[in-house]
Order: sequence, then structure tokens, then C-alpha cells
Amino acid sequence: METLAKAEAAPGAAKSNREKMLERAMSRHHYSGDALIEVLHTAQELYGFLTMDLLKTIAWKLKLPPSRVLGVATFYHFFSLEPKGEHSYVVCLGTACYVKGALGLLEVLECRCAKSGSTSPDGKVSVGSARCIGTCGLAPAVIHNGDILGRLTPEQLHAELDRIGVA
Amino acid sequence: MTIEELNENQSAELERRKTIENRISCCTAAGCISCGAERVKKSIADHIKSSGLQGKVEVSGTGCMGLCSRGPLVYSERDDVMYGEVEPEDAPALISAEPEAKQQLELKRVDLNAPFFARQRRIVLANSGRIDPESLTDYIAVGGYKALAYALTEMSPTDVIEEIKKSGLRGRGGAGYPTGLKWELVAREPSVVKYVICNADEGDPGAFMDRSLLEGDPHRVLEGMALAAYATGAQHGYVYVRGEYGLAIQRLQTAIKQAERERILGSRIFETGFQFRVDLRIGAGAFVCGEETALIASVEGKRGQPRQRPPYPPASGLWGKPTLLNNVETFANVPPIIEQGGDWFAGIGTERSKGTKVFALAGRIQNTGLIEVEMGAPLREIIFDIGGGIPDGRKFKAVQTGGPSGGCIPEELLDTPVDYESLAKIGSMMGSGGMIVMDDSSDMVDVARFFMEFCMDESCGKCIPCRAGTVQMHDILARLVKGEAKAADVELLERLCTLLRETSLCGLGQSAPNPVLTTLRYFRHEYESKIAAQEGRP
Repeated sequence: METLAKAEAAPGAAKSNREKMLERAMSRHHYSGDALIEVLHTAQELYGFLTMDLLKTIAWKLKLPPSRVLGVATFYHFFSLEPKGEHSYVVCLGTACYVKGALGLLEVLECRCAKSGSTSPDGKVSVGSARCIGTCGLAPAVIHNGDILGRLTPEQLHAELDRIGVA
Repeated sequence: MTIEELNENQSAELERRKTIENRISCCTAAGCISCGAERVKKSIADHIKSSGLQGKVEVSGTGCMGLCSRGPLVYSERDDVMYGEVEPEDAPALISAEPEAKQQLELKRVDLNAPFFARQRRIVLANSGRIDPESLTDYIAVGGYKALAYALTEMSPTDVIEEIKKSGLRGRGGAGYPTGLKWELVAREPSVVKYVICNADEGDPGAFMDRSLLEGDPHRVLEGMALAAYATGAQHGYVYVRGEYGLAIQRLQTAIKQAERERILGSRIFETGFQFRVDLRIGAGAFVCGEETALIASVEGKRGQPRQRPPYPPASGLWGKPTLLNNVETFANVPPIIEQGGDWFAGIGTERSKGTKVFALAGRIQNTGLIEVEMGAPLREIIFDIGGGIPDGRKFKAVQTGGPSGGCIPEELLDTPVDYESLAKIGSMMGSGGMIVMDDSSDMVDVARFFMEFCMDESCGKCIPCRAGTVQMHDILARLVKGEAKAADVELLERLCTLLRETSLCGLGQSAPNPVLTTLRYFRHEYESKIAAQEGRP
């Protein structure tokens, strides 16, 4: 609750840009609790991931119990409560990708970088998986920082990891 | 905008097009963009400028053209030719009218008379790949918003519902509930405040129909929603889109803004008393939100957990108000029905399943892509004629329809017509329209395990049969795959299937056993051989 008190106590203090933008997103939705998911989307876009302090601030502003905000943030796969690596690789595990060997790609990433759902110790690469990104024509697909790498073979993925300098 | 202005805009655009020698469309749906469609489009635009052909040759981006496996696709209107695997270097030849230039591109030409195109019947996808989804003018040019204008001025809300009932349209989300009936239920509610929600939370792995539709023809979906709102008496609508669908979200936002600017959405639509506002809600990655009550909870900003039904959403939905919830494809079917009449639509398809269905073909199949066929088309025709069969000389083994709630269909049942009842009878379901083809390299027990893992991860945890049952079933399947299971395990697996189907709270848990049940039914020998191997029998 300390953070909440601070956030409230210093309205006049210089706020960072990100804070202002989050504030604007909340005011656009009239600080309504119904807009929680939209606000969390914006917060994650601005900060990269959701810290406990951030969640508490949002709960305070939207007049929601912190338990509900944490509940929503952990319920949906999209929200991350941990920082992401410099590079993010998300392997699509949709049926089409699965049939075409996506598990082999995930294995490469898990062997060389980190377990699915985590970040390598040096903070370089985050590995994740998605439930179908809907580009089944390009199966198997991996998303690298938002760009889709389609029809990928394990060899190509090794080359890609060499390129960004993974040991 | 008034109706007169709508008509004027349409004829003005059609007149303008007559002065243009050639219009080139580049498919800029997500699949083609990932293979470099934006670069191709930019290169064509640059070459048009540098060769001084502005005003004579035009280039625009369109929605999905269908044959995703050959992307990026480009269509040249003058010659009625489609090219596949186009590269930015092909731009000069594409804009040129010289026969030699066309000769150069001959190898990349896509045969539009091939079964992939010829066997399709495109109603929902009529505009997809033909118009620029980011241009309202393009949509108006092909007659867009005319159905809405007509309904608002010439038809009563009851007439609209009657027309939909007459058409026999059924929900395209998978369950197949009659659309007209659902609309009537909402319309009958006396509440002043009502909502229309478009379910675009396409979570089935292997399905990309809704995404393609929203990317290719967003105005059509908005028009369908507006018609539904008029018929049911709603003033406010939401489109609930998956967070993963960035491009679809962006195009929908553009479309909503354009429509609001022209007063096709908002208040006093077409100068009548009808008002309708549409907002977007972005999902955050939860498969269960495709279930209607979970989706409503998510729109309200809560955890996407389903609740007990009844009351059903038409009686008590979003914020306790009567709510109409339909799938993207269902809404996209509405404008043509109003325009051409319910009888016309009822003449297409089978006796109980009317119209067409869009499918996403993927997996081990030659022509991966988006197709639309008349209801009742046999699976064999879809996979072998339209889909082009299995690549690399391998053998067909199964086709999976309906995602994690559907089933695996073996070769001997390939003559089953695609309609709601026939698919349900063989243990699968229509689902939203994903169709994944598997060849003989797929291990069916592992396929069942794969889907069970999906359901286990996506179970929301509210009811115990689904939360605990999927874990138990996944455990057995994983042991089977590893060859560590006994015959008694398969019996237990079957008992768990029945338990989940009969006692789960929502569709996710109730249908989670389907992939297991169908693989047990049609590929039992694969389960048995795994047990035999474990027990040391031959």
C-alpha cells in the first residue's frame, strides 16, 4: 500500500511519460473497472511487463480490489509478470504447426536458450509458445519480436540463433 | 450519409474505375505479409510512379485471396490473372501491358480454373481478396451497406428476423444454433438496453477463417452487426477479438472510424432514428473466452470463466442485459441474405445446413489456405480436389475438424458430407472451420495427447471435472505415448471421457474428450499396439 500512498500523495510531481500515457488510457475509459483488461494491455505495452506495484496502482485507480486485478492479470496468458528478454521467440504450437514439427523447433530453443515460458539467465532470449497464431499456411512458425518466421526448419532456427549471438 | 449519397458514391467510384487501365491487388493478409507482401506492394507502387503510369495503373492491398501456400499473391484485373510467390523484382513486368513481360511471369501464374478456385462457392468471402479492406469506398463500390440502408428504410425489425429465419442460417461458431431464432429471443426481451457482441475470439488451433475475414472485409462484419442490432433493438455492440490478431484489430479500428465518420455507424444512421455504436474489446489469450458466458465476463473486464446456464445471454448477458452473441462468419452472412433474400440463401446447401462454410485448410496438404464451399460438400472433395491432396507422395491418414472440441476422421469416412448433423454423427463437429490434414507420419495417440494438453492448459479451473479430469487424461495419454501404459489405463481413459462429457460446466470440458473418443473409435489399433509393446506381446 506504500506505493499507492505515494502515487496519490504526489500528483503534482513530474511524472514519467509512461505514467502519463497509462493515466490517459484509464481516463479514456472513465476509470471504469470494466476496462481493466484494456488498461492492462496498455500497461504491458508501455512497461513490457506488469510489476506488483503497477498492478496495485491500477487497482487503486480503477477502484478494484487488488485481488481481482492480480486474478485477471494471471488468468490471461497475454500478461506477463516477469521482464522479457531482449529477443523473444514464441513457437506456435497450433495443430498445423504441430503436425509440421513445431516441437522440434521448441526443443532447439529450449536446448540453447531457456525453457518455454522463461528467459535465459543473461536476459538475452525469452522463449514462449502460442496456441495458434493463425498463419497456418506458414507452418511451422516462430514469432521473433513480433515478426513471423515461417516454414522454419531446426537448421534455420540454429542459424537465426547464431545470428543474434546465442552461445 | 444518406441512401442517395451511398448510391452516388458507388456509381462515382465505378465511373472512375472505367478510366483506369489496370488495377493490381496484392494480398496483404497476415500470411502473405509474412512472406513479404508489403515489399511487393511498395515495389509495384514505386514502379508505377517511376514509369509515369499514375492514374492508369493502380495498386492496392486486399484481404486473403485464399491460396496461402503460394504467397505472396498478386492479382491483375486487366488480364484476370493471379500470380504466386511474387517478388519485388517482378514489379516492372506486373505493371507492363507488353506480352513479353507477361511471358516472364508465366511460371508464377496461378491457374484460376484449377479445382482450388473452381470448386469453391464464395458468398462470405466474395469481397475478400477483391477489395481494399482499409477503404470504405471499395466496400461501397461492391454494393456494401446497401443491405443496411434497405433494411432501415424498407423493412421492419420483424421483417429482418423473418428473412433470417427463412434463410435457415445457423451459427457458424460451431454449435449451429438457428440464427433467426436467437435474434427473435433477444428481440422479444422488453429491456431498453440490449447488446450485440461479435465473437472473434477464434481460439481453435489451426483455424484462421475469422481472422482472414476481419482482415479482408471488416465492413461486412460491421454491416451484419448493425443489421442484427436493428432487428433486435440493440444500440451498442462489441467485437471481441483475440489479442494475437494485431492486423485484424488495426483494420477493424480503421473500419469503425471510417463508418463513424460517414455516419454509417453512430447516431441517425442513414438519416433514420436508428443508432448503433461499436467498440472493440481485445482478448488476452484465453481459449475458454470463446464460450459465450466466459466471453461476456471478459468483456466486463473479469476473468474469462463461464457460468451456469440458463439464463442464456439472450435473456441475461452483458451486464445482465439481453445480449445477442454471434460469430464473425455468421454476421458476414447477413448482408447478402438481406440483399438477395432468405429464399435465395435457403436454396444453397443441404436440407438442414444452409449456405456455405469457410474452412481453413492446413497441415499436410498441398494447397494450404482459406476456402469456402457449399454445405454438404464431401470431405474427400475438399481435401483431394480443392486441397490438392497430400504432398511428398505420402498417404492420407486423418483429417481433424473442429479443433480441440472436434474429432479425427479416418479415410473410410471421407465421403461424409460437411454439414452440422453428419459431422456430429461421426463423433466430430463442424466447429469454427479449421481442417487439419494428417498423413501417415502422424501418431494418432500423440495427436490425442496434444489436444488434451491444450485443453488441460486452457481449462479455466472453475469446475472440477474439467480442471482435474483433463490432467488425469493427459497423464494417461502421455504414458501411452511413452509406452508405459497398461490395458486398464485405456479403460480408465474411456470412463473419464464419459465423466467429462456429462459433468463439465461448459463446452470446453464437455467436448475435450472428443479427440480421444474419435481416435479410440477409428484408430484403436494404435492404442493397442502401444500397450502390446509395453506388455511384450507381438
